[in-house]
Amino acid sequence: MSILVNRDTRVICQGITGKVGEFHTRGCLDYGTRMVGGVTPGKGGEKVADLPVFDTVAEAVAATGANATMIFVPPPFAADAILEAVGAEIPLVIAITEGIPVIDMARVMPVVRASMSRLIGPNCPGVITPGQCKIGIMPGYIHTPGHVGVMSRSGTLTYEAVWQLTQLGHGQSSCVGLGGDPLVGSSFIDILALFEADPDTHSILMMGEIGGSAEEEAAEFVKHHVTKPVAAFIAGQTAPPGKRMGHAGAIISGGKGTAEAKLAALESAGIEVAASPADMGAAMVRAIERKSKKK
Amino acid sequence: MKIHEYQAKELLRAAGVPVLAGKVARTPDEAAAAFASLGTPICAVKAQIHAGGRGKGMVKGSTQRGVELAKSADDAARIAKGLLDQTLVTIQTGPEGQVVRQVFVESGCAIERELYCAILVDRQAGSPVLIASTAGGMDIEEVAHKTPELIITEPFDPDRGLSAWQTRVLSARLGLPAASWRAAEQFFKALTKAFVNLDASLLEINPLVLTKDGTMVALDAKMTFDDNALFRHKDVLALRDESEEEPAETRAAAAGLSYVKLNGTIGCLVNGAGLAMSTMDLVKYHGGEPANFLDVGGGADVKQVTEAFRIILSDKNVKAILVNIFGGIMRCTTIANALIEASKTVGFTVPLVVRLEGTEVEEGKTILANSGTTIITADGLTDAAKKVVAASKGLKA
Repeated sequence: MSILVNRDTRVICQGITGKVGEFHTRGCLDYGTRMVGGVTPGKGGEKVADLPVFDTVAEAVAATGANATMIFVPPPFAADAILEAVGAEIPLVIAITEGIPVIDMARVMPVVRASMSRLIGPNCPGVITPGQCKIGIMPGYIHTPGHVGVMSRSGTLTYEAVWQLTQLGHGQSSCVGLGGDPLVGSSFIDILALFEADPDTHSILMMGEIGGSAEEEAAEFVKHHVTKPVAAFIAGQTAPPGKRMGHAGAIISGGKGTAEAKLAALESAGIEVAASPADMGAAMVRAIERKSKKK
Repeated sequence: MKIHEYQAKELLRAAGVPVLAGKVARTPDEAAAAFASLGTPICAVKAQIHAGGRGKGMVKGSTQRGVELAKSADDAARIAKGLLDQTLVTIQTGPEGQVVRQVFVESGCAIERELYCAILVDRQAGSPVLIASTAGGMDIEEVAHKTPELIITEPFDPDRGLSAWQTRVLSARLGLPAASWRAAEQFFKALTKAFVNLDASLLEINPLVLTKDGTMVALDAKMTFDDNALFRHKDVLALRDESEEEPAETRAAAAGLSYVKLNGTIGCLVNGAGLAMSTMDLVKYHGGEPANFLDVGGGADVKQVTEAFRIILSDKNVKAILVNIFGGIMRCTTIANALIEASKTVGFTVPLVVRLEGTEVEEGKTILANSGTTIITADGLTDAAKKVVAASKGLKA
């Protein structure tokens, strides 16, 4: 078991004929992901990495039975690509594209919410279930199959955490990159609910960052609905207010989104907080040990 | 991207949002002429800098405020003289302040009430929202904190905009006289349309004024744009004033790097925004102060890494540099070669500590070890942080 993706997930890539789309399609194929095709308007009938290319998502789904899509379409057209995937009723839409205008996402959000599709991202590294399926740009080899569920708003910080877990002998059930933009399809809460329900996930590690209130909401959810051990790290504890730290979402504005508020919320929910980024894996181990002592 | 108040008002006027007549002046004479041409008995002379808090801000070394009222052309010239080419310090500029290069001379109006209004994209609602309050002219963050019941929030769909009934809710809760509801509806609708059509990320009107004759006017305007959407707004991009920006940040953006200058002594070069933020935290955790945030991105090449080092080294406060790379898509061998290339062309004047992890890490470390450079390598995050903090203080770890 795992969440969102497994060895049976059938994946297409929107934007497969682009340099980045093709590169990562091959990366996913190498990892063992069941890539079944791609979509680029006007390039239907071509082949990329031996996979059939279609003009529309609907055609790709009809021909391949795809139930997940990985989007590498350039920012000006990416929101439309998400809407096309949702229109074709693909259950899992993972948008990797960075730099989508926020108003475009504001148009996408109500459509996604009213649909049966789940959107992960945009501006995220993707989703991986180690040893089974990788959809996205993360380096596969740092992951090990296991029982820690990992979720994060940032890419390389997730790799760092996964690497620490692997070094400490803790494999991962699934790792989910939520994305660094102000508007993203799935929140910590959405993924927490999935990890809590997954019998193969025994503990949860989350990496948040300054800006917004997603971490506070996650802490509140953990307090009431999560029985598994949870550890967390907040990036940007030393960032000054009013400065955007790379991610469009990572900004402390109007006294909101400060690291202090987030850390306080996490601690009050009984979440083990990592003191430094070098402590993320160890914090997960402490959370697991603390929970097992209680039993 | 930020723009000046006078530029925001030009955009708003074109979008049908009521603003007062005004003129930009770059000399005291121009300010006097602007006053005369506006033909109102009273004018506001306002410093044009990107930071807020101008009304309470003060020019360095004098008692000149950032915004003052003029009752004559001579008055306007005197105030302009006190502002132009002077350094204005406000709560948002920091103690170093910002040089005033132009002033906006704006005609006055008879104020009945001052309100607050802003539009931004709300993450929780997943849509843009209009926020309004009766507490105009005040620090809205303080209002939100102390008296949240005074804040009214109306979410709206980007394409449909605010509905008429939503503007009536706003008017009623703001306590506007019924005779002004129609004016308020037009004002709020035009404002939300401008926000969406121009891809703004923040549009703040503080104060929004109800005049004695019952109309609504944007007395101030602060506008910030979504950088990701500037590709479709060449006209907005033309309003950019680079003299208001940190030169190193502008330079970094041109090279495709994300850089934010801070006040510490340890330069940081990292791949990925989350890891870059965490690296700053790590430095601080071990007793150092980061000099910057710098994300070279996922696919940086030798040219970008070299430029990144140049930018970091252009900060005279930097006493040591920490490179923290978790190679995923980016291979450690690529970054190792880039480091050596950069050390040859840039010439490091301060100690450089490098921590590599991920794809091709052993090969990368070997390249560094055989390079004959003085690069200090580190194993793991903690080791790297300790070494760079020690190096920044002139100690050997």
